[in-house]
Amino acid sequence: MEVFTNLAMGFAVALTPYTLMLAVVGCFIGTIIGALPGLGPSNGVAILIPITFSMGLDATSSLVLMTAVYYGAMYGGRISSILLNIPGDEPALMTTLDGYPMAKAGRAGDALVLSGFASFYGAMFATLGLMFLAPMLARVAYVFGPAEYFALYLLAFTTLGGMASNNQAKSALAACLGIGIAMIGVDNSSGLPRLTGGNLHLYDGVDFLVAIVGLFAVAEVFFFIESHGKNSSMGVKLDKVRIPWKDIYDTRWTMFRSSIVGFIAGILPGAGASLGSFMSYMSEKSIAGKDGGFGTGVPKGVAAPEAGNNAAAGGALIPMLTLGVPGSGTTAVLLALLMTLNITPGPTLFTERPELVWGLIASLLIANIVLLLMNVPMVKIFVKILMVPPWILLPGVTMISFVGIYSLSGSYFDLLLMIAFGALGYVLRKLDIPTVPVILGILLGGHMEDALRRAMVISDGDFMYLLSSPITIGLWIAAIAGFIAPMFLRKFLKKPQRVTD
Amino acid sequence: MASDRIFGLVMAIVALAYIASATQIQTSFLSDPVGPKTFPIIVGVVCAISAIFMVLKPDPEPDWPTLRTFGAIIIAVLVLIAYAYALKPLGFLLPTTVAAGVLSFQISPKTKTAILSGLGLSIGLFLIFKYALDLGLVPFPKSWMG
Repeated sequence: MEVFTNLAMGFAVALTPYTLMLAVVGCFIGTIIGALPGLGPSNGVAILIPITFSMGLDATSSLVLMTAVYYGAMYGGRISSILLNIPGDEPALMTTLDGYPMAKAGRAGDALVLSGFASFYGAMFATLGLMFLAPMLARVAYVFGPAEYFALYLLAFTTLGGMASNNQAKSALAACLGIGIAMIGVDNSSGLPRLTGGNLHLYDGVDFLVAIVGLFAVAEVFFFIESHGKNSSMGVKLDKVRIPWKDIYDTRWTMFRSSIVGFIAGILPGAGASLGSFMSYMSEKSIAGKDGGFGTGVPKGVAAPEAGNNAAAGGALIPMLTLGVPGSGTTAVLLALLMTLNITPGPTLFTERPELVWGLIASLLIANIVLLLMNVPMVKIFVKILMVPPWILLPGVTMISFVGIYSLSGSYFDLLLMIAFGALGYVLRKLDIPTVPVILGILLGGHMEDALRRAMVISDGDFMYLLSSPITIGLWIAAIAGFIAPMFLRKFLKKPQRVTD
Repeated sequence: MASDRIFGLVMAIVALAYIASATQIQTSFLSDPVGPKTFPIIVGVVCAISAIFMVLKPDPEPDWPTLRTFGAIIIAVLVLIAYAYALKPLGFLLPTTVAAGVLSFQISPKTKTAILSGLGLSIGLFLIFKYALDLGLVPFPKSWMG
């Protein structure tokens, strides 16, 4: 099997002491990031990118470090959900529904271990799925020309808007805002500046890292100022931690089903981990029926969203790596990392940089085991870290963001731009306008325009070329359906608040 | 209701201004069939349409914070802007202490903890960035260092 030779090569990369160390460090930092309310996978990874970049790590190392942080954050989110009833990050929202009641009933330790194991199950499932599915998808992606890519980008924007928001107009607006910002700067093909308003600082365009850190990290500070850190209520005490074998055994099918649901939700463009945990919780709830006791602290209600969330996190890596189209906010941030490292994701990545792809996959497998070990016996350490009060944490996050961006460019203009994005992010989130499409627009806007222009060069200006192949037609239909369908489905699928991952 | 309408109106105007400036983009003689103008104009048009939708069909009003909290957020923004300008000429430690302290105070209004977290964060982060991560940071204004 080709997969296994590739995997062997991957392990050769991942098992070097340095890479292994990075994976362990990443897991540790990631779990902390996930556990701390106010820091989630997307803003946590966002503030770390400029810093890793200034540290001068090579592509494989930084990618291993950051994806370990990403996986770790998905694990860590559950800790504060269960103990404090505050989701440590957005995908962990569903875990509060049963995790906190279970902790209040004196089973905090059991809930943490069970959810840790469910996270491991889901993440392992998704990583194995990634291993087998990604090379296949990469092969399909080879036949993609500019017209297909244009339709694919469109699909990413419309489905992201359709599923991640409560109002189509608002998500379309957000996407346009992002794409519009991406247009600023020197035009690639003509070499002339566009839409800069004569400002010399804007000739290079708006750096997507500046926008990401501003929208995700700086905006969070304003939210904490608004709430005066009141969210940091004291939670449930954690006493003895032991392994609830019976619960793990009882929830085996729940974990399996939730992993599948989450994995599929992760692969779909625009869905992401929040939707993965939501869908798996809801489907398990309906399978269990009224007697299942969901919402009162049942083990299945803890296992389902965590398995779904982590499976979705792994699944979301597939479209990001094979097509360069991220499935969620955090993978958009990881795409930003790849672009900063000058790696073009897409099918060629698998043939040209196999050591990178397979090293990453092997590292993910290792990271998963490390995370299980960290999150079960060592969970008490993370519980201690949770006690960091927001009036230290949030200023700290802001200062790290500033230093990170400053060390990238050394210009005060980027810092001002970051503050502006922070303020914009605050207003947008207040108005329930999703910020992820803005990021995606800034990241992909340029590519989308390039795809359109190359398609038009090929067809000599005939717009029908955009619909010339079966793949493009399929993608366009999916894009339109993805945008329209949620308008009708919204009545039936009532979403929990604050799902914007 | 009103917030969505106002924001939609602002965005519609921004979109129109964007389209207007997109029509002014210089085109080179060696252009492709689409050129540098078309795509920004399409984006501007879609943006304007969505913005008008927001004006016509607004969502319920969000919970805006009180005027005082707004003041705190605006102070935070101003402090961060000052911090952005001060970081280069004044070095890392001084501006960071002040900015982190003020932010801490805005989140939890206790003077002592705010001063302590400002000092602690600036010194702690400086040590981490400088020695653990090896980033080139200047601790004090250049003129102090001689």
